[in-house]
Parts: sequence; C-alpha cells; structure tokens
Amino acid sequence: MVTYIKDILTGFYSLLAGMAVTIRYFVKPIVTVQYPRQQLEMSPRYRGYPQFIIDEETHTHRCIACEMCARICPSQLIHVEGIKFPGEKQKRATKYLHEHYYCSLCGLCTEVCPTTALEYSKAYRLAGYRREDFVLDHLKLLQNRQQALGVPITPIPTEQDIAAAAAAEAAAKEAREKEAKAKAEAAKAKAAEAPPEEGKE
Amino acid sequence: MIELGIEEKTYTLNLGPQHPSTHGVLRVLLEMEGEFITKAEPVIGYGHRAHEHMAENRNYHQFLPNMGRVDYLHALAFNQGYCMAVEKLIGLTVPERGEFIRVITSELNRISSHLLWLGAYLLDLGAFTPILYCFDDRENILDLLDRITGSRLTYCFYRFGGVPQDLDDEFITGTRAFIKRLRKRFKDYDNLVTKNIIFIKRTRDVGVFTREQAIRYGLTGPTLRGSGIAYDIRRSEPYSAYPLFNFEIPTGQRGDVMDRYLVRVREMEQSLRIIEQALDKLPEGPIMAEKVPKRIKPAEGEVFQAVETARGEFGCYIVSAGDIKPYRIKLRVPSFGNLSILPEVAVDTLVADLVAILGSFDVVVPEIDR
Amino acid sequence: MNLLTTYLGATLAVMVVGLIGVIALVSVNALFLIWMERKVAAHMQLRPGPMEVGFHGAIQTVADALKLMGKELITPEEVDRPIYYLAPIVVFLPVLLSFLVIPFSPTWIIRDMNVGIVLILAFSTMAVLAILMGGWASNNKYAVLGAIRSVAQNVAYEIPLLITVMSIILMAGSFSLSDIVAAQGRYWYILVQPVAFLLYLTCATAETNRAPFDLPEAESELVAGFHTEYSGMRFALFFLAEYTNMFIVCAIATVLFLGGWRGPFLPGVVWFLIKVYALIFVIMWFRWTFPRVRFDQLITFAWKILIPLAFVNLLITALVLKL
Repeated sequence: MVTYIKDILTGFYSLLAGMAVTIRYFVKPIVTVQYPRQQLEMSPRYRGYPQFIIDEETHTHRCIACEMCARICPSQLIHVEGIKFPGEKQKRATKYLHEHYYCSLCGLCTEVCPTTALEYSKAYRLAGYRREDFVLDHLKLLQNRQQALGVPITPIPTEQDIAAAAAAEAAAKEAREKEAKAKAEAAKAKAAEAPPEEGKE
Repeated sequence: MIELGIEEKTYTLNLGPQHPSTHGVLRVLLEMEGEFITKAEPVIGYGHRAHEHMAENRNYHQFLPNMGRVDYLHALAFNQGYCMAVEKLIGLTVPERGEFIRVITSELNRISSHLLWLGAYLLDLGAFTPILYCFDDRENILDLLDRITGSRLTYCFYRFGGVPQDLDDEFITGTRAFIKRLRKRFKDYDNLVTKNIIFIKRTRDVGVFTREQAIRYGLTGPTLRGSGIAYDIRRSEPYSAYPLFNFEIPTGQRGDVMDRYLVRVREMEQSLRIIEQALDKLPEGPIMAEKVPKRIKPAEGEVFQAVETARGEFGCYIVSAGDIKPYRIKLRVPSFGNLSILPEVAVDTLVADLVAILGSFDVVVPEIDR
Repeated sequence: MNLLTTYLGATLAVMVVGLIGVIALVSVNALFLIWMERKVAAHMQLRPGPMEVGFHGAIQTVADALKLMGKELITPEEVDRPIYYLAPIVVFLPVLLSFLVIPFSPTWIIRDMNVGIVLILAFSTMAVLAILMGGWASNNKYAVLGAIRSVAQNVAYEIPLLITVMSIILMAGSFSLSDIVAAQGRYWYILVQPVAFLLYLTCATAETNRAPFDLPEAESELVAGFHTEYSGMRFALFFLAEYTNMFIVCAIATVLFLGGWRGPFLPGVVWFLIKVYALIFVIMWFRWTFPRVRFDQLITFAWKILIPLAFVNLLITALVLKL
C-alpha cells in the first residue's frame, strides 16, 4: 500500500520535473538560423569543391599538370592536361576539369599536390538543372575569381596555342639534339687533332 | 462446445524498409498473434553499397573516404581503425600529438553519435522535444569538428601516420566551453527523460537478455555492457593514447533497455572525462610520422585491428598480396552482430516494445549492409 | 436581434444566433489553436515555428486548410459507404452541440439546461462511436485495430472523468453549468479539490487522444490509426473535431474548477477565454514533454490508479460535505 502511494507521488513529481525543463526552454531564445534570410559563415577549413589558389606574386595558378591529383582521386574525377610552353621552366595546365557530382570531398587531391596549387572553396550553395552543370572548368573559374579580385586574367590556352607550343617544344628539342650531336662531333674532332699535334714535335 | 471453424492463426506484419522509426533501411518481418509478436526476422541488404568490393579496386589512400561512409555517425573511429591497420601493415608509428588529436576528435564524435541516438530513440518512443535539444548540443560538436577537419559528418580526417592538420587555440577553448555546457545539459536530460515515470515504464524490464545470450550472439558495445559484461576494447586491447587516460566502463545489471540507455548516457560522461584529460595533457610535437611513403605497397601479409566505436567493436582485416591495392579488406561491423539477437529478444512482446528494443540496440543499417 | 425575436420567438432566436456564433467560434478557434500548437511546440524546441505566411505565421493555418480543401477525396473501394461517409460528421456534430450549454459569461449561454454537464458527457461518448465507425468502415486491418484501441482508451478514461465531475456536482448541488459557476462565488473549486483537478486534466487529455495518450494516432508505431483512409476535407473534420474537443474539455474544466467567467475588471467572456486557453496551453505542454504511454500501461493506469483515486476523492468530498 505504501509503495503504491510512494510510486504515484514519485511518478507525479517526475512528470512535474520534466515539465519544468520544457517550460524553461520555452522562454529561452531560439537557436536556429532562418536560412535563407540569415546565413552562416563557413569555417576557414570548410571543404567546398577544390579550386586553384591564386598565387600572391604571379596572380595566377601554380598547377604544373603533374596529374598526381588525378591519380589519387578515389573516384577518378579530375582530368588534367598540360604542356610546356616555350620560355617557361615547367609544364602548365591547359585543361583542368573536375566532375563535382561524385566528389566525396576527401581532400586527397589538395594534400598530394606538390606545388600546393589547390585549396577548398567555401561554396556550398550549389544548384543546377543538369548533371553537366557540375563539371567544373577550373581555368574558367579562376578567370572569374581573378576578375572579381581585379588582378590580370590568365588567358586559357587555345588549341592553336597548344599546337604552337607543342611544335615549338618539338623544334626546340630537335635543335637541342642537333646541338648536342654537333658538340659531340666537335669534341671528337678536337680529340682526333690534339695527339698528332703533340706527336709532331 | 461449439466449433467455430476458425483456427487461431498468426498474421504477418511488415515493418517495411521505410518507416518512421528509421535507423536506416531495415525491414523486420513480424508474425503476430493478436498484439503479441511470435516471430521477428530482420531482413537486411537494402543498403548494400559494395564497400569491400571497392576496396579491392582502390589504393590504400583512395579507400580512406569510404571508411567515413560505412558508419557515418562515428566516422572518425572507422577512419582510425583503418589507418591503424595500414600503419601496422607498413610499420608506421604515429607521434604522440597525433595520437592525442585522434583521441580527442574520436571521442567528440562518439558523443555526437550518442546524442543523435538519444534524440532519435526518444522520438521513437513518442517524445518530440529531446531530439531537438540533442541536435542543439550536437551542433556545437559539429562546429568544433568543422573547425579542424572541414567536414561536419563524414570526416576523412586521419591519414596514415597521423593527422594532416593541427588543432588551433579556438578549438581548445571551444571544446572546454562545450564540456561545461554539456555537463549542465545532462541534468536537464536527467529530469526530462531518465527520471520520467513514463519513460521508466516503457524501458524497465523490456527486452531483457542474459549474459550468456549476449556472449553467444557475439554482441559488443553498449548493447553488451548493458548486460553486465565490462568488455571495452579501449580497456582490454588498448590502442592509441587510451592507456594514458582514466575512465570507467559503465555497465548495467539487468540487461534491459533501460540499462543500455543508462550505459550510453554514462559513456558520454566518460568521453567528456577523456577529452578533458587529453586537452590537459596535450603534448607539443609533430602530428604526422616522418617518413610516410607516397605509394603504399606493403609486403604480403594480413593484419587485423579492432577499435571501439559508439556501437561496439569495429574490426578491420586487411589482406595484402604485395600490390598497391589490397587483396581483401573485411570490415567487421558491430551493428551486424547486435541486430542478430533481435529474433530471440522480440518474442512475446508488443510492437511498441519492439520499437523500444530495436532503438536500444543503436543499429545503423548502412553499416550492416556496407 | 430584436427582429429575429419577433419572428422566431425568444428561445429560437437565441439558438440561431448562438449556433452561428458557435460555428464562427469553432472555425476561429481551430485556426488559432493549430497556430498556437505549432508555435508552442516550436519555442519549446528552441526554434521559431511558422514564420513565412503572415506575421509570424499567423495565417499558416488558412494556407493548410486551403490545401486540405483542394485534396482529392479518395474513397477506397471496399469501404462500407454509409458508415464511411457518416463517421466524420458524427465525430464533429456532438462536439459542436456541446457548445449549447457552456456559459461564456453570465448572459451568454445558448440554453441553460438543468442537466448541462450530463449532456456534455453524453455527447463526448458519441465521439467514441464515431471513431469506431470510422475505423470499422475503412476496411483496413490497422484502422480497425487503431479504432479498437481508441475505444478502449476512451471508455477506460471516461469513468474517472465522470467520478471526478461527480465530486464537483456534489459540492455545487446542481448539474447545470451556470449554477456551478454561480456556486463558486466565494472561492474557486480548484482550491478545495486540487486532486480532482489533476485527475480531470489527465482524463481530459486521454479523452481527446492527445499525447502522452495519443496511441490511436501514433506515427512512429505501426498501426496508423482510425483515420488512415480519410483524406482531404474528411480528415480535416476529424482534426477539427479533435481541436474543438480540446476546447470543450478545457471549457468544462474552467467552469468546474476555475470559476468560469469570474474575475475582476475584465468582462466575463474575456476571463473565460483566458482561462480556457491557459488550460489548453497546459495540455499542449504535456504533449511536447512526455513520451507516449504503451497501451497496456495506459489501461492499467486508468483502472488501477485513476479510478481508485477518483473514488477516494468522491468519498472524501461526500464525507466533508456531510459534516
């Protein structure tokens, strides 16, 4: 009998305690943000899609088209093509496509890049009508960002540029090979001349 | 005696793959006699994504993002299990600061997983507010982890040899503030849920299974500890920086739903203790091992590494044939074993009890199906 | 008003005007209550609730009602048609008629019957019939199960309700609601009968199928409830009946325990509405705090705890009155 009454009283008290918690939260300010009227800022390391870093000195990207990012991507989403332009020391990217619809934002591409050419963007409001809208052309996006920043735009190499560069590279290679051959022959000729001169004495 | 010509039959009820008490796409076939269940059979496989098959076709590096998706609620522990297995295979040691960062982030993730379980479980039982309080707390954790990892849910944060990015001061102050805040909130949860007579009546002495049953079915995690067996891999097969911390392993006595609930709530408090100690003792130093090979091509061999996730024991078993792709990766997930006891426990219960029992196992169905 | 009186006669005129007023009240009340429920729920859950449609979502309910009216009235094939069509009407009508005897103010009462409280209790039993009709006619295994559960719950909780109301009637000495309000001149009955008030509130929550006793409409359980097969406006009628029923039981609670329209300064109607809506807020507060009670525990609670307590309360009231 006593336990019966005690149970009723403790049970009733527990219900009141629960109600006290809810009414306390009733008068607290709300914690939600009314998107899209109010928006939140992303944290500095937030992972949006990878994008080129705009180098501070050259105001352009640092990609040397080594294709390490393309090889390490788990979903094989990155397509890079590059060529060495005459007068420059390293290759430069001529095409950089990133199919964002399968990207798992793992970050392996940004970490493995030897020139740290990639960073995460802070874009999260991505919307499109077709899957093709999400194939990101990073050279084009870079131009947009450069325009927004007011720095000189890096031109995207066209087919003729690439062909000309390839031809120039091929020509330069030939020229080097010829030079190397000529040097070797000259050295051989010199070596052939020297002992008879000494022997003449 | 009048013969009515009606035989007492059971009827089949289908708790279909889509239902509101959703823990994933799980289907439970029930045979019921009136209001009581005579047979419950879980049907799995609706969420099979072929993770283990993907492992055979990807490098060790490329498989990292997959681990976060197997169990997305405690993704960092799965990352840790896989990274530790590969580190064992190629012989890397993680520096101390790296281990500490791994422990802090993993424990924060454990708390967020338990908070989500708490909210969703109470939603199953019919209380509509605690889930929103839990999600409010969870937002803090997600923001903290967002600061250092960059993601909010499916983290791909650990790398072979350590962690790629370091903590910053704001994270440390933020975590300390969060610990204080969560301890205060636990009192509210106590009053709102744990001491509530309706909740006690719904969970006390419901879904009881004995220690022998638990061992026989191979349960792990809080489902096992609710029956009184204090088996926690962080204690029995210590790994990472866990031997340096003081924490208890909460257990229950009766093996009912209420005990499993209490074990998880107390585990959250113990996780807070671990995080506090880790922040106090955080050493300086490198966060990645020195010589991490860019191409991982381990020698032939096999390795097994078990870690304690929020749901139980996650085991990663890697067989390498000397190639850059693993020959086989087997993921032993805790929810698969934990669900297997459902047919035995669910006999002679009401459907309302079945919902309570299923929730208390804390099953994440995508990890069962992998 | 005078024109109507000359044409129809006094009582009939009052009835006509009263019924029009009641229908208006019911619609506005449902509009307001649904908005209030969503806002109360939201603020208890630390979020704002409806904010888009109208100022802080004030006309959100109108938008929802328009949506429901635009829905197709699907009638499943094998239903029992007459009963299926009648069920929403039968669930709504008694609730509407219960407004006849409620004293909104000393003069605003449509028909002051001397069996007022008994009338309302009888009408609330009819609602149980309507639920059974709805569940049975749907030709759906789960709807029938839901309806049966609901009937069991309603019947079980009506008994302590009646007994609690009896103790108040003993004190007031009459069944008529305006007499009960008149008898609370010196002190409100809640001061002398707090236990009865709590019992009444619990039974009222169970009678209206609100959480924590909302098993018949539970979403996260299997049995989807007696109104599964109803769509569009028919479903809206069930819904409307539930909210109006909530108003009625809180109105009865105000009359029996909180002194009806009594209060200083403000006119009687305003005090009445304030008290009713305060009690409705308390019932909503219950819903957003407690988990659902399991069905067998619900019935056990009614029979083993509420009924003995109600009887004890009645006995003590009777003894005290005798002495």
